[in-house]
This record gives sequence, structure tokens and C-alpha cells, in this order.
Amino acid sequence: MSQSLDRQRLLLTGCTHAVALTSVAWLMLKVVQSDLGPDPIKTLLLTTGEWGLWCLIASLMVTPLRSSSGAYQLAVTRRPLGLWAFAFFSLHVLIFLQGYVVWSQSLLIEELVERPYITVGFLAWLLLLPLAITSTLKWRRRLGRRWKSLHTLVYPAAIFACLHILWQIRSDWFLASFYSVVCGLLLGSRLFLYLRRRANRVAE
Amino acid sequence: MRRFRPYYDRTIRSSDITDEAIYLSRRQLLGVGAAVGLSSMLPRGANAEQMLRPLKYVNASESGWDKDVDDQLTPYADVTSYNNFYEFGMDKSAPAKYAHQMTIDPWSIEVSGIERGDQTIPLESVLEQMTLEERIYRLRCVEAWSMVIPWVGFPLADLVAWLRPNNKAKYVVFETLHRPKEMRGTRSFSSVIDWPYREALRLDEAMNPLAFIAVGLYGKSLPNQNGAPLRLVVPWKYGFKSIKSIARIGFVESQPATSWQQIAPHEYGFFANVNPSVDHPRWSQRFERRLPSSLFSPNRIPTQLFNGYADQVSGLYKGMDLALNY
Repeated sequence: MSQSLDRQRLLLTGCTHAVALTSVAWLMLKVVQSDLGPDPIKTLLLTTGEWGLWCLIASLMVTPLRSSSGAYQLAVTRRPLGLWAFAFFSLHVLIFLQGYVVWSQSLLIEELVERPYITVGFLAWLLLLPLAITSTLKWRRRLGRRWKSLHTLVYPAAIFACLHILWQIRSDWFLASFYSVVCGLLLGSRLFLYLRRRANRVAE
Repeated sequence: MRRFRPYYDRTIRSSDITDEAIYLSRRQLLGVGAAVGLSSMLPRGANAEQMLRPLKYVNASESGWDKDVDDQLTPYADVTSYNNFYEFGMDKSAPAKYAHQMTIDPWSIEVSGIERGDQTIPLESVLEQMTLEERIYRLRCVEAWSMVIPWVGFPLADLVAWLRPNNKAKYVVFETLHRPKEMRGTRSFSSVIDWPYREALRLDEAMNPLAFIAVGLYGKSLPNQNGAPLRLVVPWKYGFKSIKSIARIGFVESQPATSWQQIAPHEYGFFANVNPSVDHPRWSQRFERRLPSSLFSPNRIPTQLFNGYADQVSGLYKGMDLALNY
């Protein structure tokens, strides 16, 4: 039984990595073949940002899916999903630096100071940075109970990521609102459970 | 140093004169290149159903409207596959996929505010009156990308003169076709645009020799995604002013409400002149990506005041604060 569970876990992590790696390979192929249209920088920026958001949302879905379905082996996908979210967001930042601020420090500072949607987007990435670093088992052991509280930083990161896309709505509000509603539900349900737990504790 | 030849300089230099045979074969080559480009780049639907006619016109080097030496033409495939035409969808590739669903023949223009009274004028009647010429213009999108496009068409001033607006008119307003059955983007429930798309110019802006009505590009009639059968081209203003697929033209006394200005007045002004020192609230306008660009050479160039056409148009805005009248 436990062996089959291990195999399932291995399969789940393997699949997560395989899908993400294939996507990256596909995108790199498109870059090499110059097959991303006349403005590849914009396409790459939007694609990596959106894929990162998908991974972030998926990682936030793991816990509610696990507890509602009882499929506890799902938990192993949380780390790869979170790490891929960080990887795609890092690519997103790199493409922004290469294509938009062309590695100019003064321009970067100007963008960060003057454009709030870039500021919050950068903050989201910055909040995920310590989570990516402390994602290893070693760090988890070292931090003990604090590891869990540190990793609640993913919640503000998700909020900043949503602000980042909502702030950019120009002519169509659908997609940005859709992602934000999904994130809102995922965070809201956690807040609800947390408040209920606390109320119960107080009642006792 | 400006290398652009002013519009009034129509002297023909010997270097401008092209042997007709070479000229024709060059056009033919362009046509072949364009056809190859089209068939490889576009989704099948778009080009299979669009019959692009070759046009007869005075070519840019002969008319004196040649491009700046530094400017390289944006390839036909890029010009016709990367478009903002929200009537067909938000995505830049959506117009190339879906614009062929728009019927452009027959086409007529509803004209109001002219001496003859309101009229519906068939496109052929307009074209009969106009002499086509080629203009190579830079196009700067408000989203900070740009292209260089060889348009074919006629000066807007010629059209205005022929229509004869009534003497009270101070503005000319244009509307894009609004036909939801053929324009899937206008059926989107989440779009914030109040169709039909509307744009306008002050009459003196419209009479400026740079203001142009295009009916073609790269020597052939306009593909639908570029605003067939006729569109405005005002190269010193952001691209959204250059309204596509014009179905209505009106001459009015007071400044009309225009689409983007209505949606976000603090971001898009009525004038929308290209100006590197007036940023869009959400991004900088100091630079632009000249397309095609690539990841490793972004082709990022500084944006010029009035998109480099200051010599021709700055007089229109004398005494105006361009930061206030953005």
C-alpha cells in the first residue's frame, strides 16, 4: 500500500515537472524559430506571467483539493507547483529587464517608483523568493514551526499578483477579473476556515 | 539632422526616377514576396477569402514622400498579422484570423455636416475623384511599439475639399463600421468600448498634408485586418487615432467625444500626439520597440516628438501646452 502511494507521489511530481518542462521547451523552441510574432518580447512577457499565475493558482488549489477529496498524495505537487510559479515569474522579470528596461538601473528604479502595477508585481516576486529558497527539506527541518508561517507569504504574493494584472486592465476586464476571483475564492476559503477555527477555540 | 524630404519639395531628383520596367518588376516581386509571406504567416481563413487587388499609384520616391533613411519597412507579414482592431478581438493576432468575416464590398460612407446635406456616398464615387499615391509613414502605437508602413491612398485634405464641409465645421469625426454579425469582438460582453469606435480631428489637423486616407499597403488594397476598405492614417499621433474601416464621416462644430478618450480620459487625450515627454500613466512613452523586434535585440529606439514629423505639424499646436492637451 505505502509502496503504491510512493509510486503515486512520484508520478504526480514527475507529471508536474514534465508538463512544466515541456512548456518551457516549447517556448524556447518558439524563440529559436522566431515564431512568436513581430513583438516576441511582449508575447514572452505575457506568456511567462500567465503560466506563473496558473502554477501559483494550482499550488493554492492543492490543499483544498486534498482535504475535500481525501487524496492526500496530492500534497506532493505543492512544492513543484510553487517552484514553477517562481521560475516562470523569474523568467517574467528577466524578460522585463532585457526587453523593457534593457538592464538600465535608472530606468528600472523609475519603473518601480512610478508604475504601481510594476511595483506590486515585483513585490509578489520578492515575496516568493524566500519561499523558493526555503523549499528544501533541509530548510523545512531547520525552520521547524516557523517554516509554515513563513510560507503563508504566498497569500500576500497572490494578492499582489492579482493587483498587478487588475491594474493593467485596458479594454477587456474578463481575464484579469477571472484570475482574481479564483485567487479570491482560494484565499477567502482559507480565511473563513481560519476564523472559524479561532472562534471554536475561543468558545472552548 | 532630418533626412525626410518636406512635402512641398516635389522636385524629382535623378535618383528618384525609376525605369518603369524595373519599377513594375519590383512591384511584382513585392507582390510575390507578400503572397509568400501571407500564405506562410496567416491562418488560412484570412487570406483565402480576401482578394487583394494590386493598385495603381504614384510611388513614394516620386511623390517626395519617401521614408527616413534610417527607417526600414516593417515586413508585410508583420504589418498584416499584428493588429489592434478590437472589433475582431483583443488579441493582436485576432484581426488577421477573423477580419475576413467583414463584408467590404459594397461599401458606402454616410457623410453629414456638408454643404450638400447628409449623403450616403458609395466608395467608388470617392475613389473616382482621388489620385492614389504612396506614403511611407512611421506608425507609433500608444502601447510603445512602432512600424514603418508603405501606405497607398490619398490626402485627407483632398477628401475634405471634395466633400465641402459646411462653413461652421471645426472638427471632423469618423466612425468605424459596426456590424456585430461580422465583428465578433463587438459581441464580447466584457469589452469596455462603446461601439461603434469613434475618432476625430480638428479640421486644421485634417487639412495638414500629412493626414492621409489609406486604401492600400505594400501596393495592394488593404487587408481587412488593416482597416479595409479605407482608413485614416495620422502618423504624428498615436495609432488609435488612425481609425479603421470608416463607415461614417461627420463635420461638426464642437469637439466630439472619441472612443479611448471616453473610456479613460486621464490616459488618452483628444489630441494623442506622439510625445516622449508625456508618459501614459501606466507606462513610459520615451522609447518604442520598432517591430519586428526580438528577445536578444529588442530594437528599442527613442520616441520622437510628433513621431518625427514636428517640422510638418508643430505649427498646429502653437501656444498649446502639450502636457495638458495630451
